[in-house]
Amino acid sequence: MRPDVVVIGAGIIGAACAQALHARGLTVLVVDRHGPASGTSAAGEGNVLVSDKEPGPELELALASRELWPELAADAEWEEKGGLVVATTGDSAQPLRDFAARQRAAGVDARELTAAEALAREPHLNPELTAAVHYPRDAQLNPVKATRALLRGIAVTRAEVSTTDGRSVTTSGGVIRCGAVVNATGPWARGFGVNVLPRRGVVLVTTPIPGAIRHKVYDADYVGAVASGDADLQTSGVVESTRAGTVLIGSSRQRKGFDDTIESEVLRALARRAIALFPMLTNVPVMRAYGGFRPYAPDHLPIIGADPRTPGLWHATGHEGAGVGLAPATGRLLAQLLTGETPLVDPHPFRVDRPEVMV
Amino acid sequence: MRVVVVGAGPAGMAAATTAAGAGAEVVLVDSEPAAGGQFLRGRARFAHPGVTHLTDTEAWLVEDGTLHLRGPARLRFDALVVATGAYDRPLPFPGWDGPGVITAGAAQALAKQGVALGHRVIVSGTGPFLLPVAAALRELGATLVGVYEASSPTRWLREARAVAANRHKIAELAGYRKVLARLETRTAVVAKHGDRVTVAKLDRDWRPVSHRTEHADLVCTGYGFLPRTDLVPHAERTGDFLDVDDHQRTSVGNVFAAGEVTGIGGADLAAAEGVVAGAAAARRDPPREALEAVRRGRLFARALARVHAVQPGWRTWLEEDTTVCRCEKVSLRDLPDATGMRELKLTSRVAMGRCQGRICARNAAELTGVPFDGQRRVIAVPIPLGELAALPEENQP
Repeated sequence: MRPDVVVIGAGIIGAACAQALHARGLTVLVVDRHGPASGTSAAGEGNVLVSDKEPGPELELALASRELWPELAADAEWEEKGGLVVATTGDSAQPLRDFAARQRAAGVDARELTAAEALAREPHLNPELTAAVHYPRDAQLNPVKATRALLRGIAVTRAEVSTTDGRSVTTSGGVIRCGAVVNATGPWARGFGVNVLPRRGVVLVTTPIPGAIRHKVYDADYVGAVASGDADLQTSGVVESTRAGTVLIGSSRQRKGFDDTIESEVLRALARRAIALFPMLTNVPVMRAYGGFRPYAPDHLPIIGADPRTPGLWHATGHEGAGVGLAPATGRLLAQLLTGETPLVDPHPFRVDRPEVMV
Repeated sequence: MRVVVVGAGPAGMAAATTAAGAGAEVVLVDSEPAAGGQFLRGRARFAHPGVTHLTDTEAWLVEDGTLHLRGPARLRFDALVVATGAYDRPLPFPGWDGPGVITAGAAQALAKQGVALGHRVIVSGTGPFLLPVAAALRELGATLVGVYEASSPTRWLREARAVAANRHKIAELAGYRKVLARLETRTAVVAKHGDRVTVAKLDRDWRPVSHRTEHADLVCTGYGFLPRTDLVPHAERTGDFLDVDDHQRTSVGNVFAAGEVTGIGGADLAAAEGVVAGAAAARRDPPREALEAVRRGRLFARALARVHAVQPGWRTWLEEDTTVCRCEKVSLRDLPDATGMRELKLTSRVAMGRCQGRICARNAAELTGVPFDGQRRVIAVPIPLGELAALPEENQP
């Protein structure tokens, strides 16, 4: 069988592309060297966020995705837990309020809370907060289950892809001829011609404390850390529970290639940030830490579209830490562009021939 | 020159003593109140003028030339010897997660404190390590209902070379005369409901061929051992056990390993490896006798691994509702098809609980056919967030 499209990468983005192409009647083959959700997708928290996006093309993609996810993630532990962003210093209070006001103007449900209201929502929160904004639409899912759900009914084969010319892929299991190729290899996308770099992140997992933390809670300085291009370690307090009651603690950002060593400096910074938000976490044990690599484009925008240099080659990568949240709209946009439909969002900002992206 | 040794069992004690004898400053770190490890629990007298022994101390991370301890505290080292041993591998069967079933190692540890935990006792598993457990329980007055060895002893007939080089091992067996009388081979406990224990005769693949019922209030099980390698998650390994060269060097720079983290061969092999590792860590040539003892011991260890290898038929002992992961209450029917360990864990929560897969990950992998990746845990023991927050800055001592 000669597939219409080969998708390289069975992460959440590859799965969403495959699902959208398959839904349009195309035959799709997904190729991955390790299997579904074995890289970046399973190394995060499974967040579907609108709260951390500045008004602009990425927010539009996030809002479109947020509409699509509930139906797609029905059996992937979908939880509309809501986000709570708090400012913990006098200096960061007004910027948070201004940020939320701009988001509201762009269609985001962002509700300013008093300290008392925030504490009613999160009783263990450090009461010394200076501003708080509630985002009811922030959600979470299990990224592995979501990937598997998207891939239902779609052929996935395990092989390493060495090269592609847009009409065929050369794999460790032989050459596969096809009509088009989608590069959805996340932080490894550079091997297929786009400038994506890995940005390291580490998550700490505590022993279960069910019910203690209800929202995704993060420090307002998180947005600044996400948007930074600095290679040095940056951390920000991001705290939330999973359905099992464990607490996930992030977030760190570091550019150091694919080095996956865990550093005590990162653990210390994450612990301090988390305790600053929730002092009661001081005595809660961390039972594991895991890390992964976010696919990072230098201009901080996903890359979605046709490669002008290689007919038949398409890219869907560069979603950094937001791949789960952006996946359904990315998949749909890619499929619409590939089949000539009217796209659901303006594709221009995500085009491949941006100066920072072409390598 | 500072050598830090983690684990104060036979391997760690030998490594510490040898390195100190070679002139190194030695710190021996162990989580127990006294030296001895699992094998010599409560019976070792360890004291050496050149060794600082830190008792009740847990190590949780190796970072370049630093060992992080609970507290928090840090120990700089020029060479590190990992001698953290191994723990029993249980195999699940209906009832294994209920009362009255413990690992053989736990039974032995309790017995050394004078606790038998049961009156009518069965020891079931594979390997010669079951015999001292049975003997210890018997000495405490427990009635030994049976000692069940799942493998066939005739498999030793193919291991003439290993046996010839280790005759003292065979002589040791004579010491277990009284429990050998209760030994049945190709036999295993395959279910326990209250005091009713289902005992099966097994074929060569460990598939039950006939069943009978025994009555016992305690079943102690152990199907070999899993090494405690969490301090060196990136070290190369084969079938879980750390790879070492002839000087006990791991693939991680300045990190050596000795004892059961490298393979299961008994306390004398562990001690010999400790001598080699301690000497090499102190940058001396290891003594020839120790190298020879390691060579002979490894012949035995490899034979032991072959003869007592867990056979795939154990997977037929489970029912659909048999627990595989106790921490997260995952049963056989909850395990999905998966291509990798991470996918398996995140779809079923198997191995995601308090034990972090130490007990169940290997079993879950074999039950689903997922390649077992050795479960690299980067934090070796649970550690409170407040302690991580209190870690000293890089430039502080």
